[in-house]
Amino acid sequence: MSVDYGSPLIQVKGLGKQFGDLKVLEGINLDIDKGDVVFVVGPSGSGKSTFLRCLNRLEESTAGHIYFEGADITDPKINIDLHRQKMGMVFQQFNLFPHMDVLKNMILAPMKLQKKSQSEAEKEAMALLERVGLADRAHAYPSQLSGGQKQRIAIVRALAMKPDVMLFDEPTSALDPEMVGEVLNVMRDLARERMTMVVVTHEMGFAREVATRVMFMEGGNFLEEAPPEEFFGNPQNERLKAFLSKVL
Amino acid sequence: MSQGIYLNFIKDDRWKYITDGLKVTLEVTLFAVLIGIAIGFLIAVVRSTYDKTGKLKLLNGICKIYLTVIRGTPVLVQLMIIYFVIFGPVKISKVLVAVISFGINSGAYVAEIFRSGIMSIDQGQFEAGRSLGFNYVQTMWYIIMPQAFKNVLPALGNEFISLLKETSVGSYIALQDLTKGGDIIRSRTYDAFTPLIAVALIYLGLVLLFSWLIQILERRLRQSER
Ligand SMILES: Nc1ncnc2c1ncn2[C@@H]1O[C@H](COP(=O)(O)OP(=O)(O)OP(=O)(O)O)[C@@H](O)[C@H]1O
Ligand SMILES: [Mg+2]
Repeated sequence: MSVDYGSPLIQVKGLGKQFGDLKVLEGINLDIDKGDVVFVVGPSGSGKSTFLRCLNRLEESTAGHIYFEGADITDPKINIDLHRQKMGMVFQQFNLFPHMDVLKNMILAPMKLQKKSQSEAEKEAMALLERVGLADRAHAYPSQLSGGQKQRIAIVRALAMKPDVMLFDEPTSALDPEMVGEVLNVMRDLARERMTMVVVTHEMGFAREVATRVMFMEGGNFLEEAPPEEFFGNPQNERLKAFLSKVL
Repeated sequence: MSQGIYLNFIKDDRWKYITDGLKVTLEVTLFAVLIGIAIGFLIAVVRSTYDKTGKLKLLNGICKIYLTVIRGTPVLVQLMIIYFVIFGPVKISKVLVAVISFGINSGAYVAEIFRSGIMSIDQGQFEAGRSLGFNYVQTMWYIIMPQAFKNVLPALGNEFISLLKETSVGSYIALQDLTKGGDIIRSRTYDAFTPLIAVALIYLGLVLLFSWLIQILERRLRQSER
């Protein structure tokens, strides 16, 4: 199933990140093509979140370059806000805006940033809510939602901007176990629709099922990269073997 | 008793010193609080921008000096300096001087109220805004400020109440406020008890009234969160 999508959607070259003296990422290279569903796994503190947050510059990298749709977004002169509109992000803690209802959460960015009319933005938001089965909660406030509902709203809020890539940082880690499934279902649907995704997670079963590529991060770099069957079925790197034996 | 009331309030329409004074007190307090909110808002934005991004270093330094000086000196001294020194040579309404002085003073306290309100908003809110593509100012305006403002409304109400009482030192520059009104009556009737107790009761009534309004507001805000 090799489709030629042209040049990579995201190209990471020699990416490094230091917090003061602490080297968290070093010399990372990665190409992400359109439609890729890249899962990043690895032990706690290995730099997974930092890597993801560097991709949309929530964290400023200290070395290397990131090209997104051909533009070097690590260039300090670039208007990163414009590029971020095309990169959706979903956080572990949902980060819905508590002073707005669900619909308002979803239409704020499309209206203010893409100059959509309220009726157009609302129509699109309702269609998205329909898709994740939450149309009846359109006028609920975040505090009235369960964790699983909050995270599904956070996903469609990001989707409302029609991004070209979605970044997920442990989207199910803050959820009660019985709510994990409903969020994974939404992500599975997205992957099926060939949304480009970069997902940091501890859900190995889900990674195995949905990923097109799985990356193993340790000590600030990717030590192994493979399609999921190989990654989980026939791991090469010793550290990965040790990691998998602990988490599987 | 009724004779005291007649002498202090009815005779020569002396009650007007109280009502006119009350009007001045409320006027000065209201406009000073508005100036304080404007100054406080700007300073809080500068200070939290500096804290978050390291930008606006020079402005941040100026703000810090302002905060230190204003909060480190008595409000009465500030008032007298502004009236006798800064506006000494020019003829200017005392009400205006009081509004400016108390506004500048209040701004320093409101700034810290706002700043703590901004800082109390979870960093994740900021990141969610930025990740959608909002720039720093838009994120502050649409996402952080509305939440911060809601959080600090009760504290702003309390600032209004303390300012209401503080303006009584305006009588040092002969501002015709509520306190001065009572004092003028005292000097006419040589009865200190009745007019001063009346003034005290009016202040107390106002403070209780505004505290009650703040409580209602707080309850409303809490309900809308749940
Ligand atoms: N803002 C920061 N300042 C200093 N050090 C940081 C900062 N953020 C992360 N680190 C450090 O960078 C390293 C990598 O952190 P990161 O959060 O990327 O790990 P992670 O792989 O996402 O871990 P987890 O699975 O626990 O989420 C850790 O040692 C962490 O302490
Ligand atoms: Mg992490």
